[in-house]
Amino acid sequence: MAKEKSPTLKVQAFADHHVITQPNPLRRVVRLVDEKNFEDPVARAEKALAGLSDEFSDWMAIECDRLAAAHSSIVRNGLTVAARDELFRAAHDIKGDAATFGYPLAAVAAESLCRIIEHAPDFNRVPADLIVHHINAIQAIVREHAGIGTAGMAKELSRKLRGVADEYLTVVNRDRPEHLEAILAPSIVPVD
Amino acid sequence: MYGIDFNKLRFLVCDDNAHMRRILRTLLHSFGAREVYEAEDGATALEMYSHYVPDIVITDWSMPIFDGIELAQMIRQPDSKGNPFAPIIMLTGHSEKRRVTVARDAGVTEFLAKPISAKGLYQRILNVVVSPRPFIKTKNYFGPDRRRNTNNAYIGPERRSGAQPEIVPQPSLLDKARAPG
Repeated sequence: MAKEKSPTLKVQAFADHHVITQPNPLRRVVRLVDEKNFEDPVARAEKALAGLSDEFSDWMAIECDRLAAAHSSIVRNGLTVAARDELFRAAHDIKGDAATFGYPLAAVAAESLCRIIEHAPDFNRVPADLIVHHINAIQAIVREHAGIGTAGMAKELSRKLRGVADEYLTVVNRDRPEHLEAILAPSIVPVD
Repeated sequence: MYGIDFNKLRFLVCDDNAHMRRILRTLLHSFGAREVYEAEDGATALEMYSHYVPDIVITDWSMPIFDGIELAQMIRQPDSKGNPFAPIIMLTGHSEKRRVTVARDAGVTEFLAKPISAKGLYQRILNVVVSPRPFIKTKNYFGPDRRRNTNNAYIGPERRSGAQPEIVPQPSLLDKARAPG
């Protein structure tokens, strides 16, 4: 039997593993509430999130500037691991945040850029235009977000970028099955 | 019905993106949380974890210095002086199956893919508060039981040797709350 870590822990020993249980320290936060007076915390949070939405366009502009700056740094100073990582993080943040901020199509284009950075065997050999087109597309989608009739164009742009990126990644990863599997998996970023 | 007293919970939020931290802080405060500490990288988060002893950690994956996976691994040190059992919710744009597995093997308790939603975050918090899982310690893993369900139809080899996995379940808090006394 394993040594007890503390009097509150129960440890069961098996041949190659231990099962450890402890009194749940968070038990104190569960309470009975009157259904009539229950104010839905999710609805309250959604309302609070909606209250932030006036700031979302500014936030997206900042995220786009960060992405452009990361790319400019690579063009100006050459590719380093740190510079590539910063470009990835900037794109990855847009992929994760843009849908919350109301720009789901920017998230799609950013995801495509993330996939190039993550799965290209040698980032130095990625066609420069492929990266530039992604960055320009993300900026354009954000800039023209409010324009009438631009949603369809943005959707088509994101779709085509993803298609070109996937085609490139499929070719350069033809001998790397673990990457191919990830590349051929469907996008998990919501489009609509 | 049952609710959570968020004002009794202490959160540590770790994300290098200031906008996402603002979103998380807004959501947690509107749930009712008062104590929300923020770190913008894994190293700072680890320091704050030791200092503030949060009840729940919410962390991003990709961050400078060290990332959310490394943070989880450092928290899940069974012999550390700090609390290695705190629930860790990983909130990330990475959601490929391979990534989910890596996070699980690092000791992450719940995984939430971005884009974030109030409902998704609330549900993960509810899970870790109401239905905690026992911890498993093996030669190369320490963290919440990675087997969430018992599969009676499983016919493969039993990878936990020495006995049938007689896991002692953590009783649901809802059941406990229903019990008299």
